[in-house]
Formats: sequence, structure tokens, C-alpha cells
Amino acid sequence: MNTTSMRWRSLAWVLPAMVLLLVFVYYPIVENLRLSLFSWNAFSVRPTFVGLDNYRTAFGDPIFWRALRNNTVFAIVSLICQVGFALVLAAVLEEFVHQRLRGILRTIYFIPAVISITVAGILFSFLYNPQIGLVNRLLGAVGLESWQHSWLGEPGTAMGSIIAMSQWQSIGYTAILFVVAIQRIPSEMHEAAKVDGAGAVRRFFAVTVPMVREMTTLITILTISGAFLVFNEVMVMTAGGPSNSSQVLGTWLYRNAFLNDDMGYASAIATVIFVITLAVGALQIVVSRRRRIEW
Amino acid sequence: MSVSSATRTPVSPTTATTDRRTARWQARAGRHAGRVARRLLIWVGLGALVLAVLYPLLWMVFSSFKDNQEVFASPWGLPGELRWHNFALAGNAGVVRYFVNSVIVTSASILSTVLVSAWAAYGLVRLRVPFEGAFLGLLLGGLMLAPTVALIPLFGLLQQLHIYDSYWALIVLYTAFRIPFTTFLIRAYMIDIPSEVDEAAKLDGCSTTQAFWQVILPMCRPILVSAALLQALFAWNEFVFALVFISSGDLKTLPVGLMDMQSRLLTDWPVQFAGLTMAALPMIVLFLIGQRQFLRGLTDGIGK
Repeated sequence: MNTTSMRWRSLAWVLPAMVLLLVFVYYPIVENLRLSLFSWNAFSVRPTFVGLDNYRTAFGDPIFWRALRNNTVFAIVSLICQVGFALVLAAVLEEFVHQRLRGILRTIYFIPAVISITVAGILFSFLYNPQIGLVNRLLGAVGLESWQHSWLGEPGTAMGSIIAMSQWQSIGYTAILFVVAIQRIPSEMHEAAKVDGAGAVRRFFAVTVPMVREMTTLITILTISGAFLVFNEVMVMTAGGPSNSSQVLGTWLYRNAFLNDDMGYASAIATVIFVITLAVGALQIVVSRRRRIEW
Repeated sequence: MSVSSATRTPVSPTTATTDRRTARWQARAGRHAGRVARRLLIWVGLGALVLAVLYPLLWMVFSSFKDNQEVFASPWGLPGELRWHNFALAGNAGVVRYFVNSVIVTSASILSTVLVSAWAAYGLVRLRVPFEGAFLGLLLGGLMLAPTVALIPLFGLLQQLHIYDSYWALIVLYTAFRIPFTTFLIRAYMIDIPSEVDEAAKLDGCSTTQAFWQVILPMCRPILVSAALLQALFAWNEFVFALVFISSGDLKTLPVGLMDMQSRLLTDWPVQFAGLTMAALPMIVLFLIGQRQFLRGLTDGIGK
């Protein structure tokens, strides 16, 4: 058997993966770009070509902008909690907690990440519920009756309540990733800083933060693109309501595609999501490449 | 302070040393107090976080044993008695059906994802595959592509393939969208297996295929377990595809089924809580058992 035919036979190993990827991941994403140029619904026999009209509709649609703003707020809050707070939590665990207890705490903090967003979402909608929920009761118990809300039922608090749930669910997860990054720091670095008389806070900023920079970049990227893809939380807790106050790009897409039956407009929203995630992904490649050259 | 006083006023040397010693002791005490305060703060913070993480989950479990009246009257405490029939009611309201569906879709997609990815990883690591660069590029790009963006075209595609509203729709999609991550995960592990292992197998008369099944795959067991656990976590909890591509109530998986149930049962709180508990428990148990493999998969997958 000659080598050329062996090479082609070796294609059989990667072929299943490649076919699945091309058919179910790449083709739909390209097709979506095309579909966004047509006006059509699930029953239309022939979609009519409308050029960029669907995009014009989006940019003139106040709910589209509110959705985009909600996604942005989601990203900012998540960055503060998932990158800022989680890193501090990881550093505190590594610095101050005895090894055995550290393992137990890590396990506990991670648990919310393994239950589904649907379960967490429904559970929190019960916690926020004005009749049975613990949030209002807790506020009442400490004399803050004026702070009580129908959390998911009021336009002013719905989005914030959803974002809070999401932080509850993922903080342990990112903290663990930071713990792993911190453990990879050579212990001599901390020892050396200790000899120089640096306290824990000083060492956090002078050693830990710069040494986990790669992980920080990665989590930043994942957090941002995750915030622009958010769907499940909102769908389960408010479905975008009340009066579209908690609409995000994903739910607005879903609503237009499968409830308002305006597939063309929904495809245009999908393209916007695609462009945002692509930009974030490109940013990661640029950042990590520049860093590689630096070193 | 002690130094300056000692030089300015003529005090006896002994007083000066005591002075200095007191000052040092005071400073140390101050530092010590600061340290204690900081430790206290840290422990209160860590403890509060444990409470914030665990209490909602405990509330869920406790409430699933209560009756409706107890949910309202004593929301904080333990249930008065263990009302197991709440779980039976939740099961009959659809949870068992959804559970079975989730198990079917999750296990089938674990099998297909891990196998297809391990094949691809082996091809990429050991054989000189044509278009290798292009394929790696496709995999890398696939890591970044989001299900939401593909949703509308997939709707039409699955209907054309006659797998819309069937287990197959979810199994195929869960496999396709997880191939990039899983392949990279397994590939990173396979690279570290010395190629002498394959060569030895071939000297013993194995073909490439036999070497893969009988030698390489068993050696990759640890990472295959990690890959399987992460796929289980993904498939068990996946929502978007399950919502859009399944319309029959009989075929719904837990994440979507629970949402349906919530709107059906409305204020039958204990049964709702029981359903949530039943859905959450398997993954929590699986995580507690396979914690190490979980974390290895996560960190290897994300770090490389």
C-alpha cells in the first residue's frame, strides 16, 4: 500500500467530526447570514429579498437597543463578580485557609455550577416570589420593608434580579479556575516577596494578579461572550418581561422567530450576536498573540 | 518615640529599654489585633458565602418535603415530616418522563461525542491527515461559535432531515457543538503518550485501528472520563436546542420540561420543589463523586 492512499485512508478518522461540524455548526451560521437578507416566516413559500431592511428594523427598534443594553449591563456586572471578586476569593482561599477546609469550601462554592440554569432560575424565581420567597422575608426581618419588591414582576428590578442569580451560579466556577491558576505560580515567588516583607495584600497585587494574567484574559473573554449569549436564565425567570424590560438579544431573537414569526428579523438579530461574539473571539486571539511575542 | 525620648532626656538605660520594649510590644499587639480582625473578616465573608450558596439549595430540599401551608408558615425551618409523596406527585406530573428523556439524550450524546472526538484526536495526533491545518482551524473556530446564532437555519435543516422533534435532533446537535472542545481536550492528553507505544503495538501485529482501540483508548481513560463528565453536565443542562427543536411534551428533557411544569403546577409549591430537587440531585452527586475528573477536564480544556 503506498503512502498517498494511506494518507487518504487516515482521513476516515477525522471525517465524522468534520462532517458533523460543517453540516450542523458552520453551514447554519453561514445560512443565517443569507436568511437575514430576506423577509420570511415559517410558512412563506418564497422569501422576498429585502437587502438590509431587517438590520434597519433592528436599529430602529427600541426593544433591540434595550436588549443590547441589558446584555451590556450583564457583561459589566459579571466582569466585576466573575473576574474581580472571584480572583479575590481564590486568593483568599489559597492564602488563608487550611488545606483540608480549602477543599471543602471549593466543593461547596462549585455546586451551583453543576445544577442546570433552569433549576437555578426557577429556584430563584421562588426566592424572589412575594408570597413564598425568602428575599422579601429577610428584608422584612431586618426592618427593610421599604426595600421589598415583586422582584421579577417589576420592570425596574427584573433584570437586576436575573443578573444576581447568574452571579450566584457562576462565581464558584470562575473562582476554581483562578485557584488552579494560582496554584501554578511557583511558590518561590511568594516566598521571595514574603522575605522582602510584603504583606498578603501587597503580594496579591504584586505577585498573584500579574501571574494569573493569562487566566484573567481567558475568563474575561468567556464572561463577555457568555453575557451576550445569555438566554436560559431570562427565558425561565421572566421570558423578557415585564413589558420587555428584561429582554436580551437571545430572547428577543427567540420571540421574533418563534412567536412573532418574523424569521428574517430574527436572523438579523442572530447576525448581530454572531458579530459581537466574533469580535470578542478575535480580541482574545489578538491579546494572546501579542502576549506571546512579549515573552 | 522611645528612641527620641531616650536621646533627649537623661533617662536611665533600663527605662529606655523597657520603653522600647513596651512600644515594640504595643506595635506587635496592634499588628496582631489587625491580623485577628482581618482573619475574622475573612472567615465571616467565607462563611456568609457558604450560607448564600447552600441555603437556597437547602431551602429547595426542605420545601420539597413540606406541605403548601408549611411553605408559607415556616419557610426557614425543617419540614415537620418527610412527605415523600411530593416526589411521587412531581414524578407523575412529568418529571419521570423528562428524567428518562434526559438520560437517553445525555448518554447517547456522551457516547457519540467522546467516540467521534477521540477518533479525530487520534487522527490529528498520530496520522498525517490531509488538510490537517484546515481541520484544526475549523475546530478552533467551532469553540467560539454559539448555538443561538445557528438556531433559525437549524430549524429548517432538522425538518428537512426529518429529525426535528426527536431524540436524534438533540443527540446530533449536542455532539456537533461539543466536538471542538472535546477533541482539543483528548488531543492534549494523547500528545503526551509516547509514539513508541503505538509502534510497539504495531510490532505485535496490531493494525492502526487495533492499536487505537486496544492500546491508545484504554490509556486515555482518565481524560475520557473527564470528557464524558463534562459532556454529561452540558447535555443534562442544555436548554436552547431542547426548547426549540422538541415540541412533543413526551420528548422534552428536564430543563425545558421543568419550565413547562412550573407553568402547569403554578402554586403547588412543594411538588414544584420536589421536581427541582429531583432534577438537580444527579449532577450534584455525580460532581461530588467525580470531582477530580470534573476539575481536570475543566482546567485542561480551558488552559490549553
